[in-house]
Amino acid sequence: MKHTINELEDIASQVRRDIVRMVHACQSGHPGGSLGCADFFTALYFEVMNHSTDFTMDGKGEDLFFLSNGHISPVFYSVLARSGYFDISELATFRKLNSRLQGHPTTHEGLPGIRIASGSLGQGMSVAIGAAQAKKLNKDHSTVFVLLGDGELQEGQNWEAIMYAPHNKVDNLIASVDYNGQQIDGPTEKVLSLENLQAKFEAFGWHVINSDGNDMDSIVKALHYAKSLLGKGKPILNLMSTQMGAGVDFMMGSHKWHGVAPNDEQLATALAQLPSTLKDY
Amino acid sequence: MKKYTYTEKKDTRSGFGAGLLEAGKKNPEVVALCADLVGSLKMDAFIKEFPERFFQIGIAEANMIGIAAGLTIGGKVPFTGTFANFSTGRVYDQIRQSVAYSDKNVKICASHAGLTLGEDGATHQILEDIGLMKMLPGMTVINPCDYNQTKAATIAIAEHHGPVYLRFGRPVIPVFTDPDQKFEIGKAWMVNEGTDVTIIATGHMVWKAIEAGEKLAEMGIDAEIINIHTIKPLDEEAVLKSVKKTGCVVTCEEHNKFGGLGESVARLLSTELPSPQEFVAVNDSFGESGTPDQLMTKYGLDSINIIEAAQKVIKRAKK
Repeated sequence: MKHTINELEDIASQVRRDIVRMVHACQSGHPGGSLGCADFFTALYFEVMNHSTDFTMDGKGEDLFFLSNGHISPVFYSVLARSGYFDISELATFRKLNSRLQGHPTTHEGLPGIRIASGSLGQGMSVAIGAAQAKKLNKDHSTVFVLLGDGELQEGQNWEAIMYAPHNKVDNLIASVDYNGQQIDGPTEKVLSLENLQAKFEAFGWHVINSDGNDMDSIVKALHYAKSLLGKGKPILNLMSTQMGAGVDFMMGSHKWHGVAPNDEQLATALAQLPSTLKDY
Repeated sequence: MKKYTYTEKKDTRSGFGAGLLEAGKKNPEVVALCADLVGSLKMDAFIKEFPERFFQIGIAEANMIGIAAGLTIGGKVPFTGTFANFSTGRVYDQIRQSVAYSDKNVKICASHAGLTLGEDGATHQILEDIGLMKMLPGMTVINPCDYNQTKAATIAIAEHHGPVYLRFGRPVIPVFTDPDQKFEIGKAWMVNEGTDVTIIATGHMVWKAIEAGEKLAEMGIDAEIINIHTIKPLDEEAVLKSVKKTGCVVTCEEHNKFGGLGESVARLLSTELPSPQEFVAVNDSFGESGTPDQLMTKYGLDSINIIEAAQKVIKRAKK
């Protein structure tokens, strides 16, 4: 382990502070899903992935990560800055004019750490598969990770990709689903039920593992286990239960904080629940 | 009128297939993807030579565009292949976000464009693809005119960094350009120098423009014929230089008159050199089933239509 579980939890706490402060500062953005995935991103960038903050687009010899549900950009930006891709002071520019930290992630402004634009949903899995197949052609034995939202699985392109990866033995790919059961208009069960995701992925030929995405020990173990399953002919799916808004009590478990920014009072309440472990930006 | 002849007829898609094979031999990073239309796209030779560099995607064009974008991240130069309709309209958002906005070096190669796809009818005959693609910032749009030019263009785009839309077709048509030509992206080809009217043509319409030019010459009209194979970026200098001389222009394309080459030329002229222009293009319509020749006649894309448009535009210019 590069870090203890406690150390990783501390980093995640700071990431959560960044998220609510960024969204508060511009009074827009998506705090709910970002908070729910703070532990996953921290585990990935500070513990699991072999990556270099000396950014190159090709990322040869490195593990790569793709964010398909681009609206949770605050957590992505915070973790990239906290792991050294760019200065944390730049987090203050989120969603503002002339910023590299666009509302949804993009390569277009040259922000280190971003390899594809995302925001229009359903496209990240295909891109990750392409990057994984390029690694195979290049005899590069590193791993490709991708994160998808659960509501995002309502987009049909995902299922084209989900069908393709096992058929082509893309076994250097670990996909995670942010399984929080919420989307903009309400619970996924009410909007358009996902039914049994594990059974669906397995029927398409994936190796599915389960994890608790808001328990650092669980998520670190799951991602290490997922890595141990690579190279055996199947892509890996990490079905990761999370709570939207995790870490801030009044935001938790509801779709209402999917895309709403906290006011001054709510920000203060949220920050009181999130210890500052590194320095605020 | 400069004399153009041909000894054989070939389809432009075969030019693509030959160019892809050569591009693959030149650059080991070139890879190809296809959505269940290998035979139609003439990709067999590439697949035979480089089986490990070919990706059969199945009938899943959105996934194909995304995978192509991902492959570039490992330094690959992906060429996607399917019909023009499924290469553009069906996957517009994937191209917009994962390719164009993400600055990915993907070559979107589209066969069976336009009416000359023929009997399959309007579901497959896209006439809006040039417009869709040219509106994307950073996208290069190329519509070559015969087998040799398509082959040369395919090789050239492999060496160009950035997203490209390469549009070609199904039917066999005269092969009249130089087999050893050097294809320069964004550079117009002067087919025939003239003084009375500028005829600007792209794709399958170039041969028809040559036929029209010969007939016009017999009538005493000296037409300048320019082949614009690269619709974006447009060779503005070549267009302006010619229209400055002739004072009027006819644009010819196998595409809707909305959003195509004609509108690109009109946009340029309206700001730099307002001049009478006539459009030989499909009049805001879908196509239908029929043979390619029947369709080109019914929808007003024959050499006679170019001749009539030239006569009309010259009259307007003299007023």
